[in-house]
Amino acid sequence: MSIASRFLPPPKADGTVCFTLDGEPVMARDGDTLAVAILAHTGAATRTTASGSPRAPYCMMGVCFECLVEVDGRPNVQACLIPVREGMAVRRQDGLRGLRHDG
Amino acid sequence: MRREAEITVIGGGVVGLATAFGLLRAGRRVRVLDGADSDLRASQGNFGLVWLQGKGAGFAPYAQLSRDAVALWPDFAAEVQEASGIDLALDQSGGYEFFTEADEFSAFKADLEAQEATLGNRFSHEVIPGDDLRRSFPEIGPGVVGATFCPLDGHVNPLRLLRGLRVAVTALGGEIVQGAKVEKVTPVASGFEMALENGSRLDAPRVVLCAGLGAAPLAAQLGFATRVRAQRGELLITEKLETRLPFLSSTIRQVDEGGLQIGGTKAEVGPDDRETREMMAGLAQHAVTVLPALADVRVLRAWGALRVMSPDGYPVYTRSAAHPAAAMVTCHSGVTLAAFHGTKLADWLEDTAAAPDLEAFDEHRFALSASA
Ligand SMILES: Cc1cc2nc3c(=O)[nH]c(=O)nc-3n(C[C@H](O)[C@H](O)[C@H](O)COP(=O)(O)OP(=O)(O)OC[C@H]3O[C@@H](n4cnc5c(N)ncnc54)[C@H](O)[C@@H]3O)c2cc1C
Ligand code: FES
Repeated sequence: MSIASRFLPPPKADGTVCFTLDGEPVMARDGDTLAVAILAHTGAATRTTASGSPRAPYCMMGVCFECLVEVDGRPNVQACLIPVREGMAVRRQDGLRGLRHDG
Repeated sequence: MRREAEITVIGGGVVGLATAFGLLRAGRRVRVLDGADSDLRASQGNFGLVWLQGKGAGFAPYAQLSRDAVALWPDFAAEVQEASGIDLALDQSGGYEFFTEADEFSAFKADLEAQEATLGNRFSHEVIPGDDLRRSFPEIGPGVVGATFCPLDGHVNPLRLLRGLRVAVTALGGEIVQGAKVEKVTPVASGFEMALENGSRLDAPRVVLCAGLGAAPLAAQLGFATRVRAQRGELLITEKLETRLPFLSSTIRQVDEGGLQIGGTKAEVGPDDRETREMMAGLAQHAVTVLPALADVRVLRAWGALRVMSPDGYPVYTRSAAHPAAAMVTCHSGVTLAAFHGTKLADWLEDTAAAPDLEAFDEHRFALSASA
């Protein structure tokens, strides 16, 4: 099965956007991936595995699943596969998602 | 130097390894020759069910065999775990079949009644209308017309089963040779001479052919009539969930690590293990009909894998009429039957007084039907 490229277009030179990480405002370059914006802001862990061990974005290309965060209430989003957007509400993800998430 | 193996098992999938495990338990020196990673390997793509519901509804010996295997599983899993240090995650807490079509539901009810007539008090099942089902499990969708339940059904982690068997066979003193594709077997006075694809030659006093879909050329050389065919099954794997599903079914199962396996299509497409969008969509649709809350759960992986099917779909345990030191073992449901292959089959291969009666699974049934 052929897979379309997952790489996103390069960021725009000057624009900035603002999103929140666990409620805290964060500035980022317009067009960066969410994973890049998170790493630029903090190298600290942004999720924990089922056993509770900490993880942060790693492969930056959709393979390792270490960059999972909750975006606007949606769990298990791979932060390296989406561009950061103005007003995005991002939460660190603790452990595994449940079957029904809070919208 | 290593003592020469008394028995050579050709094929290192679940069937070959479980057979080798049983022979090692019985005190034999065993060598397993296994092919290449690029081979079609059902043991690496299966669903992991240890399943009884519906098995052998139309063929009593198969119902009995499956029932025996299910009963042997707890001890077998414990033995493999002890020898390998690998937890197989066996769970035999009962399983459901969910139905979305009324006529399929009633046809399956009839199958289970036939199975119960065969197995008597060794089998029990419940037939649960949709609304009763939803009283117990409110999360089940309105499109489910009913379910059947069998308290004897269960599952294992299939990859850990394969790995556990590999480690256990080695721990019991067996030798597993990888990249050892047997190209030609020649019967000789002392047993068999084998030519491997990599150019080496080996002698074997006795062989058991367990090569899955790779069996055909060797079966012909050993004088067997059995020719297996491929049947494709496709399945989906979702992201891991914290929530534990309250049930196990033959189409939706949650493994011990949290991910869901959704599956089990059937397609007669020859040796083609590609997955198709149509089948994948059908599986996802079924899962969401059964459990609407799955609608926003992401699928991470999908694959097709090929089942190993005998002409009538039932297992084959047979000795070569022309070369009695050669036996052939092949089956669908090699996970369910692993507990039988890893224990009592050794008595049959060794022809001891405790040998189970496997006459119904001899391959002369194909020879007869072909000439009839
Ligand atoms: C999608 C799917 C779902 C399934 N679900 C279930 C389930 O839920 N429960 C269940 O009980 N069963 C299930 N099965 C069936 C089960 O997986 C098979 O019955 C079982 O894996 C067959 O094992 P095997 O060892 O015969 O074959 P394989 O796994 O194919 O192993 C054969 C081995 O022989 C080797 N080989 C081939 N040719 C040669 C040669 N010439 N020389 C040396 N080695 C050779 C190959 O390399 C391979 O390792 C499922 C199968 C599929 C495809
Ligand atoms: S960083 Fe590896 S998947 Fe996102």
